[in-house]
Amino acid sequence: MEHIELFFKSIFIDNMVFATFLGMCSYLAVSKKVATAVGLGAAVIFVLAVTVPLNWLLDQYLLQPGALSWLGAEYASFDLSFLSFIMFIATIATMVQLVEIIVEKFSPSLYNSLGIFLPLIAVNCAILGGSLFMQSREIPTLGLALTYGVGSGIGWFLAILAIAAIREKIRYSSVPPALRGLGITFIITGLMAIGFMSFGGMLTGGDEEEKPAVETEATIEKVDKEKVKEELASNTKTIE
Amino acid sequence: MGLLSKKDSILLTDPLADNNPITIQVLGICSALAITAELKASIVMSISVLFVLGLGNVVISLMRNIIPSKIRIIVQLIVVATLVIIVDLVLKAFAYELSKTLSVFVGLIITNCIIMGRFEAFALANGPWRSFLDGIGNAVGYGVILIAVGFFRELLGSGTLLGFKVLGDPIEKTGLYALGYENNGFMLLSPMALIVVGIIIWIQRSRNTALIEEN
Repeated sequence: MEHIELFFKSIFIDNMVFATFLGMCSYLAVSKKVATAVGLGAAVIFVLAVTVPLNWLLDQYLLQPGALSWLGAEYASFDLSFLSFIMFIATIATMVQLVEIIVEKFSPSLYNSLGIFLPLIAVNCAILGGSLFMQSREIPTLGLALTYGVGSGIGWFLAILAIAAIREKIRYSSVPPALRGLGITFIITGLMAIGFMSFGGMLTGGDEEEKPAVETEATIEKVDKEKVKEELASNTKTIE
Repeated sequence: MGLLSKKDSILLTDPLADNNPITIQVLGICSALAITAELKASIVMSISVLFVLGLGNVVISLMRNIIPSKIRIIVQLIVVATLVIIVDLVLKAFAYELSKTLSVFVGLIITNCIIMGRFEAFALANGPWRSFLDGIGNAVGYGVILIAVGFFRELLGSGTLLGFKVLGDPIEKTGLYALGYENNGFMLLSPMALIVVGIIIWIQRSRNTALIEEN
């Protein structure tokens, strides 16, 4: 049940594109044709599904404060979390390289149509964002991390598929000249985001009791200020 | 302009309008949209990007002849990640509340496409001084849009600027509120960021018709 809830939540309510604006650059640039959009979307699902659980393991057994305790009691006070950006991005860059090799081997036409945007998945903020949100929302188990990765990937896929389909049709309508291309895409995305906000009531059944559905950035970080201070204090002690 | 030749000053000023990273090159949009509900957050984000892009461009430009082209993306990512860790730790030390508001978006400077875009397009082929100017120019171009969006969203959404009440007090009904003005809370929600940027693009392209794209 927990898995299903997180799955739908990450697809619809916390949709990468419409709720947190991640991966917008490639979303805007590769959404002119449905075929390429589907290819990129599938690649993003795959990369997210692999990197989020991998980074979860890294975070759990290497980076978190106290994560090194499996090495022995004297390592229990280590806090390597400042390294998480570098570790996460290294995992992601490696996986993207792997996807690039696989796609080039098995589907050269897709490889050519994606062009520069395949290596750029490495710098697609949706991918790093997935791992960072996984870290800051403290997702408890490996299985849930996988669910979260796949779910947010599918959410991103749906978003780019929808905008690509709309952009294919909008070619036949008369948009004010200065708004053509990028401008109208922004505004349509804004309207779609308003639409997606209505999914907020999905899991609560419209009840006001649960927390507001569209989580804003501010509520995500649950780090306790006191806790951080304590950690800092214990860190300095170990250095001394 | 004794310090800058004509070519150099173009590097600095072109990204401000006609080659703006956000509205023309379509780079670095994620962060531009997500953190602009408050003017203060937009300003801090712009300064962080200014630091990372200015310094990163110089570092990459200095190393450009020794980076093997096959692994350049990883090298670039490591350079950016290092600079971003510095920014993140400085923010956590001196502006803890603000760094909580920015949450994961400080980390996402690593994947801000403006930075990779400028490394690839400019720093790998030019000397350090010009790369520095290019980095500053692009970061300022990015900052201008960020601050404009932040300005309108905070002003119309909560009637404040940088936390100061500029339109009067909505509860005691002073200033504009006495005339019946209401805050548009919708401006604080995420979809409006997209629409505000869309409108900025619209205005920019109506003023400079050379920028108009095909459908």
